[in-house]
Amino acid sequence: MTEDLIIAGFGGQGVMSMGQMLAYAGLSEDKNVLWMPAYGPETRGGFANCTVIVSDEEIGSPVVSHPKAVIVLNLPSLDKFEDAVVPGGVLVVNTSLVNREPKRTDIDIVHVPASDIANEIGSSRAANMVALGAFLAHKPIISIEAVKNTLKKVFAAKPQVIPLNEKALDRGAEAARVQAAV
Amino acid sequence: MKVVFERPEALQNVPFTYCAGCTHGIIHRMVAEAIDSLGIREKTIGVSPVGCAVFAYDFFNCDVVAAAHGRAPAVATGIKRSHPDKYLFTYQGDGDLAAIGTAEIVHAAARGERITVIFVNNAIYGMTGGQMAPTTLLGQKTDTTPYGRDARANGLPIRVCELLQSLDGVAYIERVSTHDPKHVLQAQKAIKKAFQYQVEDKGFTLIELLSTCPSNWGMTPVESLKWLEENMLPYYKLGVYKDIG
Amino acid sequence: MSEKKLMKGNEAIGEAAITAGCRHFFGYPITPQSELPAYLSKRMPQVEGVFLQAESEVSAINMVYGAAASGVRVMTSSSSPGVSLKQEGISYLASSELPSVVCNIMRAGPGLGTIQPSQSDYFQAVKGGGHGDYHCLVLAPNSVQEIVDLVRLAFDLADHYKNPAMILIDGVLGQMMEPVDFGNYKPTFVEKPWAANGCKDRKPNAITSIHIDPKDMEQHNLRLQKKYALISEKEQRSEEWMMEDADIMVASYGMTSRIVKSAIRKAREEGIKVGLFRPITLWPFPEKKLDENINRVKEILVVELSAGQMIEDIKLVNNGRLPVSFHGRMGGMTPSVEDIYDEIKKIHDRLTVKA
Repeated sequence: MTEDLIIAGFGGQGVMSMGQMLAYAGLSEDKNVLWMPAYGPETRGGFANCTVIVSDEEIGSPVVSHPKAVIVLNLPSLDKFEDAVVPGGVLVVNTSLVNREPKRTDIDIVHVPASDIANEIGSSRAANMVALGAFLAHKPIISIEAVKNTLKKVFAAKPQVIPLNEKALDRGAEAARVQAAV
Repeated sequence: MKVVFERPEALQNVPFTYCAGCTHGIIHRMVAEAIDSLGIREKTIGVSPVGCAVFAYDFFNCDVVAAAHGRAPAVATGIKRSHPDKYLFTYQGDGDLAAIGTAEIVHAAARGERITVIFVNNAIYGMTGGQMAPTTLLGQKTDTTPYGRDARANGLPIRVCELLQSLDGVAYIERVSTHDPKHVLQAQKAIKKAFQYQVEDKGFTLIELLSTCPSNWGMTPVESLKWLEENMLPYYKLGVYKDIG
Repeated sequence: MSEKKLMKGNEAIGEAAITAGCRHFFGYPITPQSELPAYLSKRMPQVEGVFLQAESEVSAINMVYGAAASGVRVMTSSSSPGVSLKQEGISYLASSELPSVVCNIMRAGPGLGTIQPSQSDYFQAVKGGGHGDYHCLVLAPNSVQEIVDLVRLAFDLADHYKNPAMILIDGVLGQMMEPVDFGNYKPTFVEKPWAANGCKDRKPNAITSIHIDPKDMEQHNLRLQKKYALISEKEQRSEEWMMEDADIMVASYGMTSRIVKSAIRKAREEGIKVGLFRPITLWPFPEKKLDENINRVKEILVVELSAGQMIEDIKLVNNGRLPVSFHGRMGGMTPSVEDIYDEIKKIHDRLTVKA
């Protein structure tokens, strides 16, 4: 099974590190993983996006035009990637910074006020982890536990940020579950 | 019988192939004598240029690497950084150093590369047959300045010592001449001092030697020496341009 | 036990070089290879190595020339416009037979072009690039793991054949992260009695590329050509994937071959018999394996990020036997899996009609 997703937002929202965290976590579960940043003109104007592929088989193309999932942390990213999601795929929207409803009706949409939740628990910088938690709760391509274990390794040098990020993952997951229940 | 004059060990036992009256021969000898006097022949690597001295490895009795045109300071940097315990000299002409290799010499000096540059300035391209060099004097006729070098059309000659002296990586720069025995003796001292500074790890060193090219100047060797004295010395002032002591 | 690390392609080049015993790197900033010098500027001091940012690509390659001449393992890297500047030095390295590794993280040209991925430096890499009759060994990995394996191989081959070796990848491969296993590899160093590193207890060594007598220069060239023939005989490498029963062969290398693999998977799901032939050494070109495969298939599709460069080598080996078609993108654009699938489908339909 191959899962691919694009994560997009403003530079500084932690889009790249969020994708890397997911790839690291996939690696810890013995999956084949690939992380690819958009670089160059695409990243001008403060936009950032990356592709993550997690697979049980050899990973082919790093270039994904129609991913199974997209996580958007801001409005321009929604505008850019909404149409790219494969029918039946997932779109996670940071409703704190996106003031319109997605138009697609053939995909699952996960609404999560990621920036608001992040602010509430202590830092807007954790919005990326809130969104990741929401995505993984909706579509557990790898376990949230694996991401938490990865956090511990990646932030070994600054352990003080680990609890916040763990909390962010949990709160994101919770938001997605509540939405699913509704 | 007492030996009063012999070939330096750092020169091979072969005749020079330079033109009659060319000062390359005596400059090679002075470099070899400096190497011998410091006892560093086996630890010295020369880098030869593109130009008349391209075959320097035929004459120096030490390891020599032939560089691409102008790149000798970069090549010497590569060797020195790989073997910091060895001593490096580049041997470059005016076209090689001050035209095509300007970036390389400026940055080697700025980095304070521990190398010794032997810069032979004869105000012309020798090997390619006498074209204008960056150091060709105003009014000087060459193959590519048949009416004499004109400031507006051809630019002005570059004074390398003056250009490099402001760089903080430089430990020692001196301009010397080869036009008479007195000046040759001064040149010999300067070259030895430059190598000495390298041995002491002081920084970048460069000796500019005003030199002749009888063949391409179209003069006899004696006329050439006189022309150097009368025309080059006034523009290229001799002296120490930097010495950190 | 070795553990897998997640690394960017550019960084993996740097770490692989260090594990291969390379302690000297000379480079100049250019996108999209900049992670490599940045990585080595951090790593080299940790292993008592040398990282030097040169004043230009030209200087960097000539520093490589000096270091290689003095007998150490040395590397430089750049992206397309910078590699153009290095061509003078590469020609000298080839002529003086100095082992060295040059990485080209290709971006789109001609000119300043764009920093997006491209494979349009194929001709430059495999046909010589600089002046004179010479070849670099050219290795084209298609994953971060293979980058590690081939960078090490590049150092070994360079030393063995006294020849510059080039790692040719595109910007995407340099930028993307994949797991790598560095294993327990130990570099094998060869003696370099020819090196210019001080003539203690021996005659002086001279390293040069000038042989002014044409008779000597021809002999020098003949010797180089003999070496290239030997390399061509011994060092061709390629991957065949799903080729056993294939009617259609897609030839592609580097990152593009990964897109092709995805397209082949999709086509296979629909019963189309298609496989991949992937040159791993671009020079020497894997002619022998390609020839065998041409004898088995019915049609060839070549996919490159260029106007069609490797296709010329494919056609030389094919020698008119099979139809060869091409799909390429230029200017930093990449084909999608669907684009390549469509090309495969077209060929399949044609073959079906014929049958």
